[in-house]
Formats: sequence, C-alpha cells, structure tokens
Amino acid sequence: MTLEVDPTAIRHDYVARVSRRYGVIAAVFGLLCLSFLLDITTGPGGYSLSTVSEVLFDPMSHGARLKVIVWDYRLPVAVTAVLVGALLAVAGAQMQTILNNPLAEPFTLGVSAAASFGASLAIVLGFSVIPAVGPLLVTVNAFVFALCTCGFILLATRLKGVGSETMILFGIAIFFTFSALLALMQYMASEDQIARIVFWMMGSLSRASWEKIGLGTILLCFAIPFSLYRTWPMTALRMGEATAQSMGVDVGRLRVEMLICISLLAATAVSFVGTVGFVGLVGPHIARMLVGEDQRYFVPLSAMVGALVLSLTSLISKTITPGIIYPIGIITSLIGVPIFISIILSSRRERLQ
Amino acid sequence: MTLTIASLSAGYGRTTVLHDVTITDIPSGAFVGLIGPNAAGKSTLFKTIAGLITPTNGTLTIAGEDVTHLGRKDRAKRVAYMPQAYGCNALLSVFESVLLALKQTTGWRVNDDNLDRVSDTLHALGLSHLANRGVADLSGGQAQMVAVAQTIVRAPDVILLDEPTSALDLHHQLSILTSIRNEMDRKKPVVMAALHDLNLAAKFCDRLVLLRDGAILADGKPEHILALPQIEETYRVLTDLERTQRNVLYVDARLA
Repeated sequence: MTLEVDPTAIRHDYVARVSRRYGVIAAVFGLLCLSFLLDITTGPGGYSLSTVSEVLFDPMSHGARLKVIVWDYRLPVAVTAVLVGALLAVAGAQMQTILNNPLAEPFTLGVSAAASFGASLAIVLGFSVIPAVGPLLVTVNAFVFALCTCGFILLATRLKGVGSETMILFGIAIFFTFSALLALMQYMASEDQIARIVFWMMGSLSRASWEKIGLGTILLCFAIPFSLYRTWPMTALRMGEATAQSMGVDVGRLRVEMLICISLLAATAVSFVGTVGFVGLVGPHIARMLVGEDQRYFVPLSAMVGALVLSLTSLISKTITPGIIYPIGIITSLIGVPIFISIILSSRRERLQ
Repeated sequence: MTLTIASLSAGYGRTTVLHDVTITDIPSGAFVGLIGPNAAGKSTLFKTIAGLITPTNGTLTIAGEDVTHLGRKDRAKRVAYMPQAYGCNALLSVFESVLLALKQTTGWRVNDDNLDRVSDTLHALGLSHLANRGVADLSGGQAQMVAVAQTIVRAPDVILLDEPTSALDLHHQLSILTSIRNEMDRKKPVVMAALHDLNLAAKFCDRLVLLRDGAILADGKPEHILALPQIEETYRVLTDLERTQRNVLYVDARLA
C-alpha cells in the first residue's frame, strides 16, 4: 500500500509542528514570568505589584525596610525556586534519556538521599568532607555526597553488561543504603539536631542566597550550551542504543559526558534546597507531552516546566495559610503528585504533538 | 568508487569471529548479498565495516582511501549501517526520526536542504503517508522501512543493511528492495545486505558472498554461487536451482 502524499506537504507539516513548539515554549515562558511576579508580590506584609516593582528598579524608593523584604528575602527565594526547578528538571530529563528510563531523576537514583546523609553528617557530627568551609558546611557536605553518588552511577555505567534497568536498581540500592545511614545519624543525634535534619530533608527555599544563585546560574549557563551541542546525538539515543551507535554516535562517551554534567546540576540543586522530589520527574514528563523528544525543544521546555512547577510551589507554600511558609518538599509531593497522576491518566498514552 | 575489504579479522574481546575476510573491488552501484546461516558473522562483518568493532587485522578501503581507522563520525559520513530491527518508545515522528539520522553528520542547524532530503527519501521509499506518525506507533514492518530511510537519507558511499526484510510481508520485501535498487540507480552507493531468503538474494543482488563460521566460502554471481554444493552443505538442505519463465533464478530447498 503506497499512498501518494505530496512531499512538500510533509515538509510543511514538520515546519508547522516546529512553529507550534515555539508557541508552546513561549506560552510556558509567559506563565513562568507570571508565576515569578506573583511569587515576589506574595508574602506576609502584602505589598502591591506596583510597589514591589518600583522597589525592584529603585531599591530605596520605599525605604530600607521594603528594600530588605524584596531584595534580601523575596527575590532570592523566587529566583532560587526558578533556578532549582530548572536544574532538577534538566537533570531529570537527561537522566531519563541516557538511561532510557522514564523513572530516572535525582530523587529515584538516590542522589537526594545521599545529599541528606551528607547534610546530617555535618549537622550531627560537625564532620566536613572538605575542611574549612565554615557556615557552608551543611551545603558543601550535601553537594559532595550527591556528586559522589552520581560518580558511582557513572562508574557503574562503565561496567560491561550493565543495562539501564540495572542502573535503576543500582539507584534504588543507593537510596536504601543512604536512608539507613541517615536513620543511624538520626538515632545518634540530639533532639535539636534531629529537628535540623528533618527540616533540611523537607526541602526549603528559605536557604536561598545571592551567592548560591550566582553559582547555580553559572552552572546552568554552562550546562545548557553543553547539552544543546549534544542534542542530535541525544535525540538519536532515544531511537535505541544500537541505532544511535550505527549513526556514528559514540554512546559510551556521550553517557559519561552527560552524566558528569547531570551530576553537577543535580548535586547543586539538591544541596541548595534539600530534598525536593518529583520536580525532576514532572518537568520532563509534561515537556515530553507538549513537544515530544526532539532534544532541541525537550530540554529547554523541561527546564521551564520544572522552573514553573517550583515557582508555583513557592507561591502555594506561602498562600495556603497566611503567615506560614510550608516547606516546598511537602507541597511538591502533596499537591503535585495528584495533579501529575491526573495528567497521566487523562492522556493514557503519550501522543505525539 | 569501490569498496575493498582485505584480510579482515575481528571479534569481541578474545573471541575472533571473522577470519581473514577478503571481498575485493565492489564497484559503486553494486548490490552485494551476504548470505550464510545464523551466527556466520554477517552482523560482525557489518559492524566492523561501520567502525563499531575495531579489526585486529586487515584493511578497509573506500575509493582508494584507507578507512580502517577512521573515527566514528567521519566513518558515519561514508558508511551507513542499519542494525537488525529493534523497537523503540521514543516520542518522535517518522519525519523527525529520519531527520535526526541525517543531522548526526550535517551540522547543528536544520536547513532547507535537510528538510528536502528527508521528504524526498520518505517519498522515494513510499513512506510519505507515515511522516507524521509516531515511531513508537509503527508496526514491525513499518519500523524496518523507517530504519532503511534513516540509512538512505545520509547518502553515504556504502550502505550496510542487516536483514532489511526480516519483519516484512511479501509485498514490502519486494517494495523495499526495489526502492533500494532505484535509490542505487540514482546515487550509486555500494549496498551490502545480509539476506536469509536466497530467492530474494537471487532476484536483487549482483553478487553474493557466502559466509560461514566467519570465513568466506564463496563469492561471485548469484547463479554461480547458488549452484555450488557449499550452499547445501552450509544450510544443511538439498536444493534444486531452477529458472522461471522470466529467467529468474529460483532455489527450491528441502530438508536433507
């Protein structure tokens, strides 16, 4: 059966699909900007959007008190939400691609659990992996442990005969190991220390600071061109390892390069805000439903959806009970998961857009 | 432009699969059928030519140029290899999947020429009506046709097809091989295909190479090769070679 279809027609279809994708990306970006603006105008004190934006452009226009609220408190939190959401979602998207598994993300591969253990080590024993880091002790420890876990995963991929399913099992093993170690640390800790560990693990944006934002931005500025450069091999990898290899992709090398990049992203995000599950999963999944898996659109949109999800979470965490800011880790799981499941069920099968 | 394989030996780890394989002077526009039983080393030979396995001995020459140690990407520009069919669950359209095959060796930006080549290839293989379909939604046969499109779109010097007809019904077996022949008339690549169906091999190939246990048993014109006693021996069958009215070879095989 050969149906005659005009070759120029299929070309048009493709071009139309590409422009539709740019439309989707622009729309999500619009929503992200909106959510970001709402995030900085919301909070105890309730100043109007115009007041807040005046302070943004001219810090001292409404006095020192408002400058501190906007510039030292709300803005770092809002920017961190966007940044960490993007970091986690990009890390999740690329883990899913290189491991060919839709469940891969920093949380499911045990990176978050390792970071929590690192943090608890600092909180309980005051033990630092890297000496003389001072007040950044907890963050640095979490970062080092998260990075080492990614390193382990990286080494495991180099072993012969280790497929993507084995990788996920490996991640689950890491998750349980660090959970047990974490429980051990909690057992040894004082009440005050337990409170700090639990609070760290809940995931909170209140640890935001301009230094962390600067570091995260630099990392993202490095990671995005790095992965954009590899979009065609990464897209080929979605066709299966054997096919990608037959097209001239050095799959082994690509996996290692991408895992190094992902490790930095995931470790940074997790050490900044603690355990925030699910953003690394939901960002890529929604992006995939919207634009498919051509990595040129998939990776940037994953970043934006992840940023949007965490920014909305930040907003919700402040608005549920006025005066109380809930830890975002709780919100992402409690509110996000049901929404996510309903999205998946409403479109049973992922259709090509 | 000719392809020459000279005393090639290769394998996996310490196991040598190919022993001193030599196939000389395959001219451009030639369709070479690689026949032989399962585990004869057909896929290994293709992988070695495609650069996925480094040979322990021997040389590969394309158009007089030694390409034995050419890197992955440069090799992919000259040689396109279609592995045996595997399913995939990617959320990509057929058009995109063919485009991505082309983009591995043609720079980052998608230009008009790229889009033309993809639509022409899909059209030439009679796949235009599938262009907007998702690759995960294809039947086994359609997926195989798309894999052929991914290979042809790159317009390489050498095309290696590992069992291109294994998942296809009779109509599509003929249609895919005819499309490949038409494509060869236009661009004159060397095409090597591993085929299990000796009748298809007789009908479409200019030359047959019989491989067994990683070594070449015979190499020549189909009517010559198929008449050899080694065919019966290798496949462990009894054969009669007949000619149909239209002078097409027909291998009648039965168990010994």
